[in-house]
Amino acid sequence: MEKLIGLLIMIAVGVGLALVFWGLNRLLGPKSPNVVKDVPFETGRAPISASGRRMAVKFYMIAILFVLFDIEMIFLYPWAVVFRDIGAVALVSMMIFIAVLVLGLAYIWKRGALEWQ
Amino acid sequence: MLETVLFFALALLAVTAAIGMIVHRSPVYSVLMLIITLFSIAGFYVLLNAPFVAAVHMIVYAGAIIVLFLFVVMLLDLRHESDRFTLTKFSRVLAFIAFLVFLGEAILLVKVAFIDGGLDIGLGGQVSQLGDTPSIGKLLFTAYLLPFEIASVLLLVAIIGAVILAKQNLKPSQ
Amino acid sequence: MADFIVGAVEYLSKFIFFIIAVLVISPVLTWVERKQSAVMQDRIGANRAEILGLRMLGLFHALADSLKLFTKEYFVPKGADRLIFHLAPCISIFFAVMGFAVIPHADTLIISGQPVEMQIVNLNIGLLYFFAVLGMAVYGVVLGAWASNNNYALLGGLRASAQMISYEVSIGISLVGIILVYQSVDLMEITRAQGDLLFGFLPKWGIFLQPLAFFIFMAAGIAETKRIPFDAPEGESEIVGYFIEYSGMGFGMYFLTDFLETILIACLTVTFFLGGWQAPFIDGWILQTFSDSTFLGIFQLNNFILTIVQFLAFVFKVCLVIFMMMTIRWTLPRFRYDQIMNLGWKMLLPLSLFNIVVTAIIVYFIG
Repeated sequence: MEKLIGLLIMIAVGVGLALVFWGLNRLLGPKSPNVVKDVPFETGRAPISASGRRMAVKFYMIAILFVLFDIEMIFLYPWAVVFRDIGAVALVSMMIFIAVLVLGLAYIWKRGALEWQ
Repeated sequence: MLETVLFFALALLAVTAAIGMIVHRSPVYSVLMLIITLFSIAGFYVLLNAPFVAAVHMIVYAGAIIVLFLFVVMLLDLRHESDRFTLTKFSRVLAFIAFLVFLGEAILLVKVAFIDGGLDIGLGGQVSQLGDTPSIGKLLFTAYLLPFEIASVLLLVAIIGAVILAKQNLKPSQ
Repeated sequence: MADFIVGAVEYLSKFIFFIIAVLVISPVLTWVERKQSAVMQDRIGANRAEILGLRMLGLFHALADSLKLFTKEYFVPKGADRLIFHLAPCISIFFAVMGFAVIPHADTLIISGQPVEMQIVNLNIGLLYFFAVLGMAVYGVVLGAWASNNNYALLGGLRASAQMISYEVSIGISLVGIILVYQSVDLMEITRAQGDLLFGFLPKWGIFLQPLAFFIFMAAGIAETKRIPFDAPEGESEIVGYFIEYSGMGFGMYFLTDFLETILIACLTVTFFLGGWQAPFIDGWILQTFSDSTFLGIFQLNNFILTIVQFLAFVFKVCLVIFMMMTIRWTLPRFRYDQIMNLGWKMLLPLSLFNIVVTAIIVYFIG
């Protein structure tokens, strides 16, 4: 309950801070739009292609690997907390778990998915 | 009192954002709405006294999967996708059938929960013993050891699948 | 009435920590960064800003910089998605601020006989909370880049976020070693567990028990805050980054977010590896020297002094870590982007997994 109030206050402070920064700048800053400013900023020349072209699939690869390793990490946290209470079972089962994932890591490494090109 | 107020506020937010996610035509706004829905659901876990589940929910769903969605939206040039997207008659009929099914489910759930009294809405007592980190860890390494190990194999398969999908014509590194 | 005073003092102390961490250190950091780089490169550095002839080594530049940002145009480019363009820097700074909620900055303070935890929100899953907040940092970057309607911004945003998520994995897995040793995900508990002495003279700090994790965490932490040598996403003057279309406080908020994240990473480095608020050797002396008589009506004298000393120790350690990060910044050249990715996936990730395996075996046999 107390923690809930604390979190709510914190959220309010965070939102408030962002709003103050944004609002004060909108209030104090000048507004002088002109045509040249509206052009996307690109080396001083007019852009030759519209924004939002397709990007390289390698970024997608990184994102999906991140999701998978993130899930693995989530399993490690509760394991680490209770490790001493459970003992040998926890040690062996987590070694198997990590071994399987290292296998996966070795596979993507070997396949060249980690090469940035 | 505060919990009740927060519950209804979060419930309203979750449902509104979920509807917004489906209705909005821009993929990025849909993802934003989904983020709001996920946040409200994390709020439910906090209210149910299951902070570990809330944190995991935030880390995996809001932190990782949403980032993947955002990447997909950006990589595939979905900015103008809404112009291309039209509803055919067939998909409208399908959507209506799906709507009826979900409506039926919702009515059934409300009936069981409030009229028959068969569902204990006050999950708080039950969850609070299971929601913290040590108890989840203990359960994971005693009762659910096998599913846990199978999860690692599942992750391995997912890793291999991702590599094969994204890097089909890649030569092995030297 | 007593409850009210306890509550007021509690909120006041937390508020002071928050203000110092968020609104004092970060502007001062902009000055420190300029001045330190100047000293390291044998220049004079910032020294122009003055108030009534007072220059204070250029310290007023911090004030002048932030004032300037407030009075510049908040420009929205034509093709931009207006709502998300405004929202993105706010999201960015919001999550950076939220991170400070779980940092323990002193041991329990006793007010009118009631213990008060010196932590803004005393969550028992602090480590996971920090990790969740860190994950959200990607949103501001990606959304801002997308909303700018600029190819370079989008590319910069993708590169920045790919870097951030790559190193997040290493940060997360390196911290498992810390949990293994201290058996908790509660930051207060972790800090308390570092209070004992090892072999009678060495504080039981994370850096001594988990040296490898410390290096992984520091490297990945610097990468996460996108500082040199990992500043390919921003590269202030040479590489186009994700906030290229932002001006005024929009840029300012991204800038502040970076500094806040630097402070946050420093706070967490201290909490996990440098004993947090622990002031070894002095704490026992303080408890013995001063009596536990009532002080200012509501405090206990020795507890009060100890809390202040611990808070100062915490701030001192944080400043030390920030100083180290800045020194690294002005020492190393920038890595190439493929080098950054290689370091994350091929070095830090396997190393952190190795660290867990070794730690688990040692903990199992030694206990």
